[in-house]
Amino acid sequence: MTKRREKVVLPLVAVFLGFLLGSIIVLATGRSPLAMFAAMIKGFSGIDIINDVPINTRHIGEFIIQAMPIILTGLAFAFASRTGLFSIGAEGQLMVGALAATTVALLVQAPKAIHLPLVILSSAAAGALWGAIPGFLKARFNVHEVTVSIMMNYIALHLNNFVILNIFGSVDRVKTAFFPESALLKSPFLQSLTRGSRLNWGFIPVVVALVIFSFVINKTTFGYSLRAVGYNKEAARYAGMKVNRNIVLSMMIAGAFAGLAGSVITVGTFNFGRALPSAEGYGFDGIAVALVGGNQASGILFAGMLFGMLKAAQPLMQSQGIPREIAGIIQASIVLFVAMQYGIKLLLEKFKKKESVSAEVDRV
Amino acid sequence: MSFKILFEMFPIALMFAAPIIIASLGGLFSERSGIVNIALEGIMMVGAFAAATVTVLLEGSTPLASWLGLTAGLAAGLIFSLLHAAASINLKANQVISGTALNILAGGLTVYLCQIIFRQQRTRAFSNGIQKMSVPLLEDIPVVGRMFFSGNYPTFYISIFLVLATWFLVYKTPFGLRMRSCGEHPQAAASMGINVSLMRYIGVLASGALGGLAGGVMVLTADIQYTLVTIHGTGFIALASLVFGKWNPFGVLGAGLFFGFSTALSFYAKDIPGMSSLPGEFFYALPYILTIVALVVFAGKAVGPKAAGEIYDSGKR
Amino acid sequence: MIFVSRPLSRVAFFLALVVYWEPIKVTTGGRAVGYIIEMLNITKDFPGIRANDNITLQVQESSIHALLGENGAGKSTLMSILFGLYAPDGGTIKIRGKEARIADPNAATQLGIGMVHQHFKLVQGFTVTENIILGSEPTRGPFIDIKKAQEKVLSLSKLYGLSVDPGAKIEDITVGMQQRVEILKMLFRDAEILIFDEPTAVLTPQEIHELIQIMRRLVAEGKTIVLITHKLKEIKEVADTCTVLRRGKLVGTVGVADTSEERMAEMMVGREVNFHVGKAQAVTGEVLLRIEKLNVKNAKGVLGVKNLSLEIKAGEILGLCGIDGNGQTDLVHAITGLAKAEDGKIFLRGKEITNLSIIQRLDLGLGHIPEDRHRHGLVLDFNLDENLVVHDYFRFPYAHLGILNKKAIKDNAQRLIKEFDVRSGQGAATPTRSMSGGNQQKAIVAREIDRSPDVFIVAQPTRGLDVGAIEYIHSRIVAERDKGKAILLVSLELDEILDVSDRIAVIYGGEIVGTVSARETNENELGLMMSGSVRQSAKGGKA
Repeated sequence: MTKRREKVVLPLVAVFLGFLLGSIIVLATGRSPLAMFAAMIKGFSGIDIINDVPINTRHIGEFIIQAMPIILTGLAFAFASRTGLFSIGAEGQLMVGALAATTVALLVQAPKAIHLPLVILSSAAAGALWGAIPGFLKARFNVHEVTVSIMMNYIALHLNNFVILNIFGSVDRVKTAFFPESALLKSPFLQSLTRGSRLNWGFIPVVVALVIFSFVINKTTFGYSLRAVGYNKEAARYAGMKVNRNIVLSMMIAGAFAGLAGSVITVGTFNFGRALPSAEGYGFDGIAVALVGGNQASGILFAGMLFGMLKAAQPLMQSQGIPREIAGIIQASIVLFVAMQYGIKLLLEKFKKKESVSAEVDRV
Repeated sequence: MSFKILFEMFPIALMFAAPIIIASLGGLFSERSGIVNIALEGIMMVGAFAAATVTVLLEGSTPLASWLGLTAGLAAGLIFSLLHAAASINLKANQVISGTALNILAGGLTVYLCQIIFRQQRTRAFSNGIQKMSVPLLEDIPVVGRMFFSGNYPTFYISIFLVLATWFLVYKTPFGLRMRSCGEHPQAAASMGINVSLMRYIGVLASGALGGLAGGVMVLTADIQYTLVTIHGTGFIALASLVFGKWNPFGVLGAGLFFGFSTALSFYAKDIPGMSSLPGEFFYALPYILTIVALVVFAGKAVGPKAAGEIYDSGKR
Repeated sequence: MIFVSRPLSRVAFFLALVVYWEPIKVTTGGRAVGYIIEMLNITKDFPGIRANDNITLQVQESSIHALLGENGAGKSTLMSILFGLYAPDGGTIKIRGKEARIADPNAATQLGIGMVHQHFKLVQGFTVTENIILGSEPTRGPFIDIKKAQEKVLSLSKLYGLSVDPGAKIEDITVGMQQRVEILKMLFRDAEILIFDEPTAVLTPQEIHELIQIMRRLVAEGKTIVLITHKLKEIKEVADTCTVLRRGKLVGTVGVADTSEERMAEMMVGREVNFHVGKAQAVTGEVLLRIEKLNVKNAKGVLGVKNLSLEIKAGEILGLCGIDGNGQTDLVHAITGLAKAEDGKIFLRGKEITNLSIIQRLDLGLGHIPEDRHRHGLVLDFNLDENLVVHDYFRFPYAHLGILNKKAIKDNAQRLIKEFDVRSGQGAATPTRSMSGGNQQKAIVAREIDRSPDVFIVAQPTRGLDVGAIEYIHSRIVAERDKGKAILLVSLELDEILDVSDRIAVIYGGEIVGTVSARETNENELGLMMSGSVRQSAKGGKA
């Protein structure tokens, strides 16, 4: 199998195994896997394969809504990954991004043409700042970015809650006031296309981010030096590249992608800032998306839609009597299988070799 | 600050400290053997779920329900950690990714099972968790008796016992020497005939058992039922204690106590002059901020196991 | 494919026997008396390479048996099989005449086999005693009996003259003592058969002498030693018998007393070898690299280079020789900008570069072949063409306005591949990781020479390469000298230093302890300086 084909086939096998395991669990707990798959199909296409009802396009809108932020957090993880960093911090970067979007949306008064871009840029900037901290500590003190990022996630959570609860007052202890129209990504046109879903212009920043990611990594000298640092930091330094600067920049750009997701959620899906009891898992979804997508823009797009579909199908599963958490179980198993692919490949090779050795013995 | 508040704080602080210490010791076993385990959070969730479920289901029939619950938590954590062991030892998965997957899985699995068993997103509430106790004689010691031996959960004493046991096991026995060598230089260990995979399995399973136990302790002392947010990051605080405690059992004890107190402080801050202006969120975030500070202070000094996180491949040329 | 190669290799084996008939004590087949180890027809495959092809090795009890071969000849693989680290794909092993299955190092230990690895397998944070007892700890109750362990370590160290400090941590003791710890590890387990894998690579000539005394003492006490090496002199000095391997195949086994060094070299390489590099007298010009009173901290944070001064002129090769870890790496890193100089000055063509960035130094005409090609020289996961522009990827024609020009990058690779005869499976698009060590090194040499630097820092350019590649690289270095470049050659191989250099500077403890003309010195003089026991008087000239 060539490298390129391997990159496509192995994640697909992992996805298949994940769905298989999910079906087994559903079956073992006395529910119908068929109902689960029907919910998934309805979740992204609006087509009901069980009941004879017309296509409900609202589901398509909601499915895209679910896919948007996790494509962005997927890009965040993948971008850092290409520079050899393991950024587990998208969760926190997203939260500060959302917080920045909330702040700018509530405090700034401006026409939409200024206000909305300002909201979006501020969320990206906040995410970049949050990402810069583990990046800087890694570059300057060689402190492991995984541990720092985990801590930063929790700090972001409590910072967000502090600001929302104490500064912006709250409607019912968890929400801020509604944002002004000028700060929103809301689109009555898209809503009317999808029978009143929450679909909004948020997909535009997502597409822009995908294009930027692919272009920077593959086509630019900056991307070349990031990849060199990612593969071999020491060799990059020897070649005269600014390794520490690249590490900080890479974490910042990754943070910006995640921060962007924060505004897509806050001024797109919702239209108010929220205090959160715990992390919502967008960061971890991003890891899953990037791993299955092979850290490539196109792969991330597809993987983001796959996991978006799982999320969108959750309420539909619940209404079929299948606990919605099966989506998380399937997602986690897919990640586990993707992580194991190196070992599985080794096992297969060993197996193949044994076969050829025994074949040889047969012939001699 | 009046001493009354301090005395009141002690049982609360020790209640929070116990699961942190126990889970952190779990992390110590895993990382000392060479496997990074960021799945502690997920393992604690699974342990807490199992402990709460068994307690709820058995409390009508036996007074020992909560202790059986603890045992169930330990067993569940151990079984759950098998996944991490198999993925990272046999299948050479990236240990951070595998741990992340387990954390996602734990959230999904436990609530899924709640829905199947209890038809709601949480377990049913148990009427009695683990009961507080006082240690006869010792509680009469002035000051110290009131701090440590009066009206505490026995789980704190369990955590102290586990700290001592871990220290002896890790630093004084052949097993400990061999396990540590696997975390420092697995090739050297293998060349001395030590089965690196086996030692690492033991390390990860020990972290599973202790993490599961810690989850059980947490739900049965600090909560009334298992929900998705019962553990709320305690597994990651345990990981932080491990870093803060420099991968040493006594260091872990100190860090665990410290984080226990900082959690308790968030409840009492409003009554303490000078702290009352600080928001609760500050105290929630404090352990995480301090851990980052600790990481920077320790930076450059190799204190953790050298080979932790590296994939060990015995066939490597 | 696999099953036809066996009979073929057998043919090759008999051919080899015929060719080397006279000097060979033939040892195929049969139950020989007195052999403590017999490895018969051993074959071992790794993905893409047959590391051992039908190799037979028989070792007499209480003798020193050398295993000779170039890098990649299969010596270490064969010994790893004997020590239970790898399972052979074919063949049988007999220990003391009895067939043995050595599944893991434990089984080897049971059979009394112990190995001193080339790269010491010691746990840095553990003490000497903890390292020695690891895996077979004496206990009292459930706990380790550390007192008993230390006593046994001390008595063993007295018996064999292996002085160590049982309570010291490995990270704090010298390389020589670390090696003695490795030997004690085996003796602690009552090993009878001791495998030494390239034991002298990290030692001074004087330490080598001590090691040889220790080996003799071990044999006198009844131990058997297998010595893996590619150094003929050591074999001549200490071994009784020598088995030669080449490219995974057995060439033959000879008695050391009645075989010349030249003959063994020929067997090792497969043709007559001329180790001497043909070169004309150096024609030197102005000073291109000048270092004044340089101080550099090493990885441990202490001064690795102390108050070091030297000069290199256009058209000469200055060889820097010394035992590994005496500041060579720190010096090279300070010159090239990978490490920061604490103090002192570095001048390139008279311009101070001490505090310039790496890229500024490169632009001023500095070239660097790094000692560790995998760590510094190459990004193994890049394709070959990407690796050939690591310094210049952002310059025209490889890039314009920050956008890469992939065509130009590829064209550059094709030109260099042709000019420097770099062999790679898929040309410019070959994943660098899949290339052989020799061709990887050629790629680095091509890239650096093509940049045409005035001052060329060449560190360990031939480590791990076969003789053909070594000869080629030496000739290219000399050709650069003849173009009027100043070259600093850093090498741990004394032969390489003596053959290629015009002048030789000896570094010890981070200081230059002497500078001599390559024509007027010899190994003995250099060895004494390398170990710090002799320091050239000041009148001997400044480097």
